[in-house]
Amino acid sequence: MIGADLSILIPEIVLAVFAMAAMLAAVYTSKDAVAPALTWGTALIFVVMAFYIAVTGEGVRVGFNGGFVDDGFARFAKITILLSAAAILIVGIEFMQKSDLLRFEYPILVTLSVIGMMVMVSSGDLIVLYVGLELQSLALYVIASLRRDSVRSTEAGLKYFILGALSSGLLLYGASLVYGFAGTTQFAGIIETATAGEMPVGLLIGLVFLISGLAFKVSAAPFHMWTPDVYEGAPTPVTALLATAPKVAAVALFARVVHDAFGGAVGEWQQVVALLAVLSMFLGSIAAIGQTDIKRLMAYSSIGHMGFALMGLAAGTEQGVEAMLIYIAIYVTMNIGTFSFILSMEKDGRHVTDISALSSFASREGGKALALLVLMFSLAGVPPLVGFFGKYAVLFAAVEAGMAWLAIAGVIASVIGAYYYLRIVYLMYFGEDREGLDGRMGLVTYAGLMAMAALIALAWLPGLNLLGLEGMAAAAAQTLVR
Amino acid sequence: MTIADFTFYLFAAVMVIAGLLTVTARNPVHSVLWLILAFLSGAGLFVLVGAEFVAMLLIIVYVGAVAVLFLFVVMMLDIDFAELKAEMAKYMPLAGLIGVVLLMQLALAFGPWTFADGIEGRLANPTPALDQAHNTQALGLILYDRYFLAFQVSGLILLVAMIGAIVLTLRHRADVKRQDIVAQMMRDPKKALELKDVKPGQGL
Repeated sequence: MIGADLSILIPEIVLAVFAMAAMLAAVYTSKDAVAPALTWGTALIFVVMAFYIAVTGEGVRVGFNGGFVDDGFARFAKITILLSAAAILIVGIEFMQKSDLLRFEYPILVTLSVIGMMVMVSSGDLIVLYVGLELQSLALYVIASLRRDSVRSTEAGLKYFILGALSSGLLLYGASLVYGFAGTTQFAGIIETATAGEMPVGLLIGLVFLISGLAFKVSAAPFHMWTPDVYEGAPTPVTALLATAPKVAAVALFARVVHDAFGGAVGEWQQVVALLAVLSMFLGSIAAIGQTDIKRLMAYSSIGHMGFALMGLAAGTEQGVEAMLIYIAIYVTMNIGTFSFILSMEKDGRHVTDISALSSFASREGGKALALLVLMFSLAGVPPLVGFFGKYAVLFAAVEAGMAWLAIAGVIASVIGAYYYLRIVYLMYFGEDREGLDGRMGLVTYAGLMAMAALIALAWLPGLNLLGLEGMAAAAAQTLVR
Repeated sequence: MTIADFTFYLFAAVMVIAGLLTVTARNPVHSVLWLILAFLSGAGLFVLVGAEFVAMLLIIVYVGAVAVLFLFVVMMLDIDFAELKAEMAKYMPLAGLIGVVLLMQLALAFGPWTFADGIEGRLANPTPALDQAHNTQALGLILYDRYFLAFQVSGLILLVAMIGAIVLTLRHRADVKRQDIVAQMMRDPKKALELKDVKPGQGL
């Protein structure tokens, strides 16, 4: 019986064994000198596992007494997590080497964090959910303060840790209330109570606490306070990681909890999620306007984008989940491209994150400026770039679910938000000419930037059809919302 | 009132009072000591319900390790708690407001204490009865069988904690003299020592 259960868990087991073997190998050989090779190897094994999941996964398999669910939704999220983490690892290598941060523990901690994310999106039980979440967060706390001789980086790690612990506390408190009133920690059991007649008030309060804890993890307003400081303080490759894979995991977990465990009480959580969505969209758009640091700007941008993803979830329908998955996949693609650029922002050999350094960048480096322009337009949601299709999907889902007011709010917020994306483009093309960035880029970051920009600029073409993303997301959403 | 009842109320009262004093004590070292008392009373309560294994765990792990660690940290850190408290006082009104709102929510939750329908079915006892398996065995059955996955992932969490602690604190300093055990063992007295025969009254 345990054999059948373990066979569901093969990707996680392979990654865990890899992490432990890699650590032993690195400790007993030349330690940090093997770190670049190890990072490439980790990225490679992420990609291999993503293919393994894509090829072998079929149907819905439940193991460990309902604690672990392997369905289309989990597989979609896992593949996105693995591929984005691999991409971020690869584009970050050069930066880490240059700033003397590439220690062999870095790829190992990322691997362990990814295992946590994969457990999160597959969880079918509140206990498994919690341990997965902690595994993911704890590894991220450590790598956020990887630059330990910098006050900013350690502050980022500590802030992330304390607020993360607080949110875990909220989540656990909610989980204990849910257990107390529903009598089980399994989603399959909780959903029975949520569908069978009146939900007890206690269960509802537990649900709200759970949502608050999850909102911390996706950095949705009003639980977003940690995001800008952590994004700014952490080393840039870590910031790039924080903005991609964990966001996918947290949003997917959010969807799994509200649909798998509380799918029968959509009306109860819909309003909470809608409120989170509206607040995040507006806060992300308005607070980003005054930012001068591009990493802080990306933090607010991610808050706004999480608002849009939650809008799809707030629709409470299968279409909504599909839109959310499309949105988050596109968001991750755009962020990998943008962070590839940010990673290579250098002036006189030093990393700069000041937006004003981009001034008149286009006159010196036309190609890279064009790629960044495509990414910024796409982040703002300008048609016909791919980012527009993500926004269109969530807005459409909200309208279909009878939440036109939410969609209107989303459009307004997106117009406000367009300002700061366009400001970067304006600075690059029409900013006053002065000594700006060096403009040199490593081969890998250059490839990352150009590949993502090309993907964003071209994938909407009729023959490509977003590379079949919609079909995959629809199939994934179908297995979650029943 | 049986002896068991009396012991229950004794432990419960001591636990509540000790918990209260933990947060109100002025001296942080006293706080930790009160915390240890609370743990001990908790262990007593566990013995009363027949879970002596958990009771021993509480004493060995929490009192023996965690609380003592706390005590060391509190004694070694140079923190001005009076200053911290003054800082806290600034946020007291807002914190109080949130606390009151939370309290009202909890009153709403716990006041009309209604379970979801059909809770008896779901609440099926996961552990065998005490006369079939003693509590250590029952705990093992749950931990290593039913929650096998959670247990294994917890192991990974501890691994991350260990790696993290080393990553964040270990420094290789070149200017520190280290013990080289092999070099110590390979030391040859013939080379290290030189015997001189000093004649009386002459010196070297």
